[in-house]
Amino acid sequence: MNLLNISTSPHFHEKIDVKIVMWSVVGTLFPALIAAYIFFGWYSIFLTALGVITAVATEALIQHFRKVPITISDGSAVITGLLLSFNLPPNAPWWLPVLGSVFAISIGKQVFGGLGYNPVNPALLGRAFLMASWPVQMTTGWASKLAKASVVTVSGLKNSLIAGSGNESLQNLITSATPLNLAQQIRGDIADGVGGEAYRTIFDNLSSLDYIKSLFWGNVGGCIGEVSAAALIIGAAYLVYKHYIEWRIPVSYIGTVIVFSWMLGGIDGLFSGPILFHVFSGGLILGAFFMATDMVTSPVTKNGRIYFGLGCGILTVVIRLWGGYPEGVSYSILIMNLAVPLLDKITPQKTFGYRKKN
Amino acid sequence: MKAKTFKGGIHPHDCKHYSNKAAVEDFPAPEKVIIHLSQHIGAPALPIVKKNDVVKKGQKIAEAGGFVSIPMHSPISGKVIQIAKFPHPTGTIQQAIEIENDGKDEWFSKLKDEENYFNLSVDEMKNRIKNAGICGMGGAGFPTHVKLSPPENKPIDMIILNGVECEPYLTSDHRLMLERPEEIIAGLKLIMKIVSAKRGFIGIELNKKDAINLMKEKLKNEKNLNVVPLKLRYPQGAEKQLIYAATKRKVPAGGLPMDIGAVVQNVGTAFAIYESIRFQKPLINRITTVTGDIVKTPKNLRVPIGSSMSEMLDFCGGTNEEIGKLISGGPMMGFALPQIDTPISKTSSGIVFLSKKDVDTVHEQPCLRCGRCVDACPMNLVPTFLAETVRNGMYEEAKKMNINDCIECGSCSFVCPSHIQIVQWIKVGKLEVGKLAKKANEK
Repeated sequence: MNLLNISTSPHFHEKIDVKIVMWSVVGTLFPALIAAYIFFGWYSIFLTALGVITAVATEALIQHFRKVPITISDGSAVITGLLLSFNLPPNAPWWLPVLGSVFAISIGKQVFGGLGYNPVNPALLGRAFLMASWPVQMTTGWASKLAKASVVTVSGLKNSLIAGSGNESLQNLITSATPLNLAQQIRGDIADGVGGEAYRTIFDNLSSLDYIKSLFWGNVGGCIGEVSAAALIIGAAYLVYKHYIEWRIPVSYIGTVIVFSWMLGGIDGLFSGPILFHVFSGGLILGAFFMATDMVTSPVTKNGRIYFGLGCGILTVVIRLWGGYPEGVSYSILIMNLAVPLLDKITPQKTFGYRKKN
Repeated sequence: MKAKTFKGGIHPHDCKHYSNKAAVEDFPAPEKVIIHLSQHIGAPALPIVKKNDVVKKGQKIAEAGGFVSIPMHSPISGKVIQIAKFPHPTGTIQQAIEIENDGKDEWFSKLKDEENYFNLSVDEMKNRIKNAGICGMGGAGFPTHVKLSPPENKPIDMIILNGVECEPYLTSDHRLMLERPEEIIAGLKLIMKIVSAKRGFIGIELNKKDAINLMKEKLKNEKNLNVVPLKLRYPQGAEKQLIYAATKRKVPAGGLPMDIGAVVQNVGTAFAIYESIRFQKPLINRITTVTGDIVKTPKNLRVPIGSSMSEMLDFCGGTNEEIGKLISGGPMMGFALPQIDTPISKTSSGIVFLSKKDVDTVHEQPCLRCGRCVDACPMNLVPTFLAETVRNGMYEEAKKMNINDCIECGSCSFVCPSHIQIVQWIKVGKLEVGKLAKKANEK
């Protein structure tokens, strides 16, 4: 007799698979890549390409030796390579993304069994590795094609300040730093009673609307992929709309940063912090939408995701304001990644129809 | 239109355009029918005919096998060929009575028409429902007379008629609501009288605006009867989700709708209740949708129970291409059948034919922990963890994670990017958890 296919229900499936999700993330990172080209030029694209190619090649090679199916076409290695490169200074040496990608894919992902099994975000682990091994290369080389972008917009005033004061250290500070770097140092100096009015004016200007606009569009110094909040938000909006990433983590993450930076980030006591400056500077937008939401390394339960974002937010602000680094996004996400199994355990879902937990 | 809904759930394409314009047609009485003894939840019916007995249309051929059971009647007049095992619309093989049509179409006893049926005593009404062999016609098939006999300490204050039909493809309830609204409303009133409920609702999703408007029109002079328009979302037709969407009441875990004063009945069941009380007509036919993109002319048919699916397909002109899958019920919770000559039962709201390209052949990939299943789960479970614990044989853990509260709606599997057969794992887990409980009882 002619028998038909059988299987258990459901017999209907949304048009979705791992590939569609992963390549959508890759696609939505493209606006940021274009922004990188506009602000930093071809070299940053070259670095990114190196990172991606290395990541994919490493994954293929390791899977070959592990004698498991080679799954580079699923796009997950591409994402790791992209995100890693996005975290590098635009003028970094070419071997930085290469070594970072090798480390990210091998130690960050394949050692644990590949996609779905890695405990922390591989790209961030790669960045942490680079940061620990080559701190100088990782924290210099911000200069952008648009000539000293970091000064351009805080500019007119600053130039006069510098010219007038003849203060060389101030001059160096402004030309070499990313906005966050600048803010952290100024804040520290003011707290120590150094710098005086000049510093205060710079700080005020960092939180001025004009400067926030530059931050939003990306016309400042920063890592390859994280300078333009606008470009990142365009991509993220699509992912949230398609439910490929979910809203709880970014909302709770950014919300927490807003609250705590407002509360503690100012120079005039509590509740005077420059909120928008903290939201749009550094890697927060990239981190909150593309790295904290990494499916594999974020909680599964709904409340777990809220707490995850909360933890990331607190750690980010703490590192930014008092830490040894100007930026805390990547370390805060890495630390919270490790807390994910715990978060999943302590935030069980309340099943429909249960009044309270017995 | 202001519409209500529940939390969680998914938006599959409803695929109803194939058959929602097709008025119900009568499927001619077939050469033979196969009446299964177990078309419902509860004890199988017990045959009261034997080989070569002559039976007439509407004659009882099997009686209820207990309180939670229903009798079966012959939908045709003819001769009993055999009582043997036949393929069942849930994909198993079960005992059934095969009857050959003699073409005379003679009723066992002529249908009566009691004009003042509404003044019958409640006991008489329940009796008629019981004798007519009615079970829930939406899919699960719980004996209706049992559902309408709640214990005295569980007062019922409202009846919700389920006209949601959230399963993709199916349109039988939709057509019934459009073509027999008065009868459905009469059925609703009868149910309300039986359990002395004060209020009645008819829940209908927004993809059936014509049915919503028609029902509203018919109910405009009824104070205590209302249409509840519902947003398009699966699984809104699931009892607990429907009650929550319509009234915001939550059925407690492990409990029944009667615990919160509600009874839910499918619109098809309401129609059958009306017919059984007014005409004393046994449940011998139902409306079934024959549909799918490969069916030449998808139709809604009034079919004698026990008709063969293959003959029903022939009546709809057959298929354009090779059949990939035959689903009894809707594609989300229905059963894929290996054989096309399976008979339909009292709970067959539709049969769907999928083409070869619709058959999902993607292999399971590792869980990405994306949490889409968590967001989709209408019961607020963590489906991926349930699947994982069952896969690892950790049944105690699965039980603690409330595996038994899963309603197997399939939303989790539907949205899973890794194509993990979550529902299948959970079904396995429920069986194993059941075995554990049994073992514990024995000790």
